[in-house]
Amino acid sequence: MSRLTFKGGVHPHTDGKDMSKASPIEMYQPKGEVVIPLAQHIGAPATALVKKGDRVLVNQKIGEAAGFISANIHSSVSGTVKKIEPRLVASGDKVMSVIIENDGVYEEMPEQERKSPEELTREEKLEMIREAGIVGMGGANFPTNVKLSPKNWEEIEYYIVNGAECEPYLTSDYRRMMETPEEIVKGVKIALSLFPKAKGIITIEDNKRDAIVRMKEAVKGDPDIAVKTVYTKYPQGGERTLIYATTGREVNSSMLPADVNCVVNNIDTVHAIYEAVEYGKPLNRRIVTVTGDAIASPGNFNVAIGTNMAELVEAAGGFTTQPEKLIAGGPMMGMAIYDLNIPVTKGTSALLCFSKDEVRANEPSNCINCGRCVSVCPGRVMPARLAVLAEHGDKEGFLALNGMECCECGCCSYICPAKRNLTQSIKSMRKDILAERRKK
Amino acid sequence: MSELYQVSSNPHIRDHASTTSIMLDVIIALIPATVFGIWNFGFHAAANVFVGIAAAVLAEAGFQKAAGLKITIGDLSAVVTGLLLALNVPDTLPLWMTALGSVFAIVVAKQVFGGIGQNFMNPALAGRVFLFLSFSAQMTSFTYDGVTGATPLKELKDTGKVKNLFDMFLGTEAGTIGETSAAALLLGGIYLLAKKIIDYRIPLFYLLSFLVCMTLFGGQGLDAEYLMAELCGGGLLLGAFFMATDYATSPITQKGRIVFGILLGILTAVFRVFGPNAEGVSYAIIFCNLLVPIIEKYTVPKMFGASGRKKEA
Repeated sequence: MSRLTFKGGVHPHTDGKDMSKASPIEMYQPKGEVVIPLAQHIGAPATALVKKGDRVLVNQKIGEAAGFISANIHSSVSGTVKKIEPRLVASGDKVMSVIIENDGVYEEMPEQERKSPEELTREEKLEMIREAGIVGMGGANFPTNVKLSPKNWEEIEYYIVNGAECEPYLTSDYRRMMETPEEIVKGVKIALSLFPKAKGIITIEDNKRDAIVRMKEAVKGDPDIAVKTVYTKYPQGGERTLIYATTGREVNSSMLPADVNCVVNNIDTVHAIYEAVEYGKPLNRRIVTVTGDAIASPGNFNVAIGTNMAELVEAAGGFTTQPEKLIAGGPMMGMAIYDLNIPVTKGTSALLCFSKDEVRANEPSNCINCGRCVSVCPGRVMPARLAVLAEHGDKEGFLALNGMECCECGCCSYICPAKRNLTQSIKSMRKDILAERRKK
Repeated sequence: MSELYQVSSNPHIRDHASTTSIMLDVIIALIPATVFGIWNFGFHAAANVFVGIAAAVLAEAGFQKAAGLKITIGDLSAVVTGLLLALNVPDTLPLWMTALGSVFAIVVAKQVFGGIGQNFMNPALAGRVFLFLSFSAQMTSFTYDGVTGATPLKELKDTGKVKNLFDMFLGTEAGTIGETSAAALLLGGIYLLAKKIIDYRIPLFYLLSFLVCMTLFGGQGLDAEYLMAELCGGGLLLGAFFMATDYATSPITQKGRIVFGILLGILTAVFRVFGPNAEGVSYAIIFCNLLVPIIEKYTVPKMFGASGRKKEA
C-alpha cells in the first residue's frame, strides 16, 4: 500500500515530542482569578450573560453566542465575577473578558434531565454541541456545530478525525489518544450519526505507533471507523492536506471540505463532542502541552479555560533559564506572545518556552531563488514570488499567482536558506485582501 | 509588568540550511575537480584558482564597501563564483587576466544588479565570456604535457574521431583547469544531488536533450563512443551540474527547470554542430539565462485543488 501523504511539506529539524509525550495528563486547577475571553472563536464575540458581582458556577454559561458563526462561553470555575473588561490574549489583541475570582470550591451547575445519546435526534445533538460552545481545537477555533451541519450533510462520505498532530513539540492530542481512546471512538460514533452515509477515518502520523495501536484496539469490531496511518510530515494535519492524503480529493481556498463530501475534526474536538452529547458538559477545559528547553519539567495538563499562562509555567516546574521566546501553540503556526500574563483559551494547544529565538538568530538576506519554498508549498504556489508581490502591494499580481491558496502553514519561511519571512509577507497581504472582500 | 519576550510571525523555527551552508556544499562538490585540475596541470593552475577566488572575494567586498552596502562575502557565493571562473580558464592564462575575469563577474554581472540572487546571468560564465572575447588567443591556447594543441573535443570536431575516451573520462588531457575530468565532476554532481542542493531536473534534461540532439544532428548517429566523448568534453558536465543549476539564473518552478534543461541541450548541440567552435556550453547557458523569466511565466505550478469546484447550494 502506498503511503498516505501529500506533495510538499517539511520535516522540522526538531520533533521535540519526546520532552512531554511520556507525561500523563495532569489535572490542573487555577489558583487565582481566571480570565475568560468572550471571543475564543472565529466569528462574532459572545455577549456577556453575567455582570460584576454575580456568583457563577462551574459549567455555567457566561457568554451567549452572538450570531450563527459564534460560540457560547462557559465558566470553568465557581466564584464571583470581579470585572468584565478587555484583556490581552495570545493573538496580541485585547478582548472583552469575564474575570472571575475563583473560590476554589468548584461548585457545579445542577445536572439537568438528559436523554441518552441514542434517543437524541440529529438536531438535538447539534444543538447540544452548539450549546456546549465547542469550536475546532486544532487551532482554527471555528464553531463545530456549524462545521457539522453543511448543506449537503446527507451526502457526506468521510468524517475524518485529525490525530496527526504534525506540529513539533505538541503532545496533547497524543495523550488524549493514549489515555481515553474509547471516549474518542464514542465521539466519532456520535459525529457519524449526524451523517447517514459517512464512514469515520481516524488519522495518526506514523511516528505515534503506540497511539495507532491504542486507537485500533478501541475501534475494533466497528465496520464504520478505520484508523489510518499517515506519513509523518508537516503539515499533514492541515485540513486540506489531510483530506488529500486520505481520500485523494483536493480542496482549494474557495471550497469547504463538504464540497468534496468530507468533514474534518481534531481529536480533542471529537472528545469535546462526546462530553457534550453524553454528559451535557460544555467546553471549559482543554489539554495544554507545556514544554520547550526553558521549562523544567515539561508535561501535559488538563487546564481550566481562563487559567493564566504564568501558572502553567509554575505547574511545569518553572523556567530553568530565562526564555527568549514564548509561543501559544506549535512552533510552525503558533503565536508568539510577549507577555505570560494571558489566559488559556479553547484553541491553546500548547505553551512553548524556548531559551533561544531561532527567528531572531537568523537575519534575512537576499532571496537566492533556490526554489525550496516552491517545492515544499502544500498549496503549490510560489512563495518567493508572492512575498515580493506582497511587499510591493501588488494585489492583482498576488491574486494572479494564486496567493489566496496559501494556508499560512509556514513551510516556506521554515525552509528558506536566506531566512526570509515569506509566510509573514504573504499572510499580511492575504489579510488585507480578505478584509477588503468582507467590506464589499 | 513582567519580562517582554521576542515576538515574530509564524513559523518560529528555521531549517539549519542557509545560503552559506549551500555555498559551502557547492565548494565541497567542486573539490574533486579542483584537486584533479591542479594535479593535472600543475602549479600555475593552483595559482589561477587562488587568484580567481581572491579577486572575486576582494571585488565583492570592495564594491560593497564603496557602495555603502552590507558586506556579504561571508555567504561564500563570491568564493564559488571565483572558483568556477578559475576552473573555466586554461591553466596557462596569465594570473592578471583571471583576476580581471573575477572582478568582471562579481562587479558587472552580479553586484550592479543587486548582488546575490538578483543577477540575471551566471556571473562566472559572464566572466568567462568576457575573457574569451577580450583575450581570445590566451583563452583558447591549451598546452598539455608541454605540447600545445587542441582540446579532444576540438579534435573530434575537426577529424570526426575520438582520440581517447578513457583519457576524456579521467581528465588526463588538455582543456580548462576544471573541465577535463568527467569522473571528478560526476563525483561532485552526485554529492550535490544527494544533498539536494540542486534539482536533478536541470542536469538530467540538459544531458538527455543534448544526447538526443547530437544523435540526430551530430552526423555520427547513435555512436556510443562519439556521444560519450561529446558528453565528457567541453565542460558539459561542469556546466550541467554547476553552472546551469545556479539558482538565481535558472527557473524557480519545477516544470520550468525541465524546459530550461531541454533548451540548454538543444542549444549546446546546435552550437557544437553548426557553430565554428567545438564548445557551446557557456553560450547556451548564458542565452538560456535570459529566457528564464519567460520560461517561469509559462510554467507557474498548478495550484492545489485547481480542478476543484465549490458546490452550489
